[in-house]
Amino acid sequence: MSAMLIHGGRVVDPSQGLDGRFDLRIEDGVVAEIAERIEPSGNATQTIDATGLIVCPGLIDIHVHLREPGFEYKETVQTGTRAAAAGGFTSVACMANTDPVHDNRSVTGHITSEAERWGYARVYPIGAISKGLLGQELAEIGEMVGAGAVAVSDDGKPVMNAELMRRALLYAQHFGIPVIQHAEDLHLSGKGVMHEGEWSTRLGLDGIPGSAEDVMVARDLILLDDTGGRYHVAHLSTARSLELVRQAKKKGIPVTCEVTPHHLILTDEEVSRSSFSTQTKMKPPLRSESDRRALIEGLIDGTIDAIASDHAPHHADEKDVEYNCAPFGILGLETTLPLCLTRLVHAGLIPLSRFIELLTIGPARALNLPVGSLAPGKPADVTIFDPDREVTIDPEAFRSKGRNTPFSGWKLRGAAVATVVGGRRVVV
Amino acid sequence: MASESNSAPVRWTKKDLLGISDLSAGEIQLILDTALSLQAIEKRPIKKVPTLRGKTVINLFFEASTRTRSSFEIAEKRLSADTLNFSASGSALEKGESLIDTAMNLEAMAPDMIVIRHKHPGAPHLLARRLGSGVINAGDGAHEHPTQALLDAFTILQKKGRIAGLKVAIVGDIGHSRVVRSNIHLLTKMGARVVVAGPRTLMPVEIEKMGVEVAYTLEDALRDADVVMMLRIQLERGGGTAFPSVREYFQMFGLSKPRLSLAKDDAIIMHPGPMNRGVEISSEVADGPWSVILEQVANGVAVRMAVLYLLSGAHEESR
Repeated sequence: MSAMLIHGGRVVDPSQGLDGRFDLRIEDGVVAEIAERIEPSGNATQTIDATGLIVCPGLIDIHVHLREPGFEYKETVQTGTRAAAAGGFTSVACMANTDPVHDNRSVTGHITSEAERWGYARVYPIGAISKGLLGQELAEIGEMVGAGAVAVSDDGKPVMNAELMRRALLYAQHFGIPVIQHAEDLHLSGKGVMHEGEWSTRLGLDGIPGSAEDVMVARDLILLDDTGGRYHVAHLSTARSLELVRQAKKKGIPVTCEVTPHHLILTDEEVSRSSFSTQTKMKPPLRSESDRRALIEGLIDGTIDAIASDHAPHHADEKDVEYNCAPFGILGLETTLPLCLTRLVHAGLIPLSRFIELLTIGPARALNLPVGSLAPGKPADVTIFDPDREVTIDPEAFRSKGRNTPFSGWKLRGAAVATVVGGRRVVV
Repeated sequence: MASESNSAPVRWTKKDLLGISDLSAGEIQLILDTALSLQAIEKRPIKKVPTLRGKTVINLFFEASTRTRSSFEIAEKRLSADTLNFSASGSALEKGESLIDTAMNLEAMAPDMIVIRHKHPGAPHLLARRLGSGVINAGDGAHEHPTQALLDAFTILQKKGRIAGLKVAIVGDIGHSRVVRSNIHLLTKMGARVVVAGPRTLMPVEIEKMGVEVAYTLEDALRDADVVMMLRIQLERGGGTAFPSVREYFQMFGLSKPRLSLAKDDAIIMHPGPMNRGVEISSEVADGPWSVILEQVANGVAVRMAVLYLLSGAHEESR
């Protein structure tokens, strides 16, 4: 029997409305007890002194790209989950745009077995909606769920065909899993490489209008109103999409959504300020200041269910090209915690408990994951972080294989100190 | 064409010329004043000065160009620079070499300046960040074409004696035009009133935030204009999908002689070239007495000589 005692910290667990100085006892990989004072019992108990630190349910990032199989030069399950642990995450959900595509159970099995082999963090694979991400036939969703997939998404690509989306929303209900949409009308986004607005006009770069996302979210919400089931909007980025989700939720339509740290912090002006740095290129693109403010409002009023990073590692050579030629995407796992603590919590926009909710029980509920809570009997996944430690983002120190971040050199406050997965302290 | 009277003399301190957006009004004036003094050279029997002797300039043209490329090359030769012309076809780019690698290899041969034309916005900025050589943007996608705007300003000054207070109408494929962006920066910094006009399907969003007025008829744009700049429809960049036919486009936005009467009597007509006669401009207008199109081309050489001279640091060495 293994046991662990985390004592002296401020325990914040929004799933139980808990926020105060508590000790936490873990036994056999599950949470045994939370109390104001717990004495260590016996020599077999490992202790972690969390005095002055925050103790919360293990953080969850429900949108990452681990790139394995097929793009191991960008990231692997090993390096990606190690980056997760270093960044304070105990669970990640990884997208299906691998090679071969994660559209069958053998890929699901590969990902979960690699995750277990390295043990840095739990990995919840997300299977493809369509075979080969081609947007034509449904992938073998049932088999993938049987092998451990928790949701389906063609992320990286939208499901353009409305009939296929309707079919996916219906079929996924047999397995109780959500359908995650990368909402983008490809005709409207065209050759676009950044948000369409003042800055795309100034820079002469092709724009991706906000409406490319909005028309897709609107379409899907109409389909969902008929089909029922569960629908989740990945990396929601515009004020209007947010308002569509807000209204749909009011009507009881079963939709959830996530936003990324970069859409909460940066705007399209960054492309100009950085003089065409390809580290500002991602999909959806950095949006306008009014979109950014609306997303903050969505965090405050509860419309947004989760913060997810869309961790998208690329090789340095791939990003060291003309803006138009660079791949979309930036890293997130090792920057999310300090960025959001500094720019959302310390900046006074949202309270600490709401921030933790957005990275624990919020995403867990969105994808129906059995984690995200420190209630007795729950898996003992814990994140311990120092909300005040001063850090400077240094891509060279990342555990990820990627170095692609627009936040290099940023001085921030907040850093993960330790993660515990299933009662075992993770060593990165 | 004198410098602003009561401002301190401006010194050139930049390594690169990437766009007009980075320049102050004083720096723009400095280039124009320098161009004026260098223009005397082309009136001499021997059109060459030793100013850039021993300096090497690489002309790196990844996109087709007639005017700009010849103009730079003549400017370089008149200043006695050694020049190398590089074009994408026939180079290792066709073997998959990246822009950065190509540039690093050329840099290894120690050029003093690199003139780059590229279809992607920001390509000169990528080079400028990485190379010690001075980088001159000779057009990057739909972003900027700073020497074109400078030669346009030089031409306007030559004809009108001032820029401040003029109404300048720029008409055509605004969305795909780097010329329009550089001209908007330059003309607004120098105090002109700029009106852009064209089909709504070719008008970039929020362009009014660049300090211009937007008109959606040719008539509104032309009314009382001192300067009319016509732009080519960039069919190769998809400009042609923005309207149903060239015929319909000419009916709406083509500049013909009757329409020209809306502009001021002494208005001048400009075009950065290449022209599509009968699409955005009738031959009658392009070749008429109000047209300064070939003077623009002529002035391009002096303006580029000024830019090369200032960037080379030759003005510092001669102190």
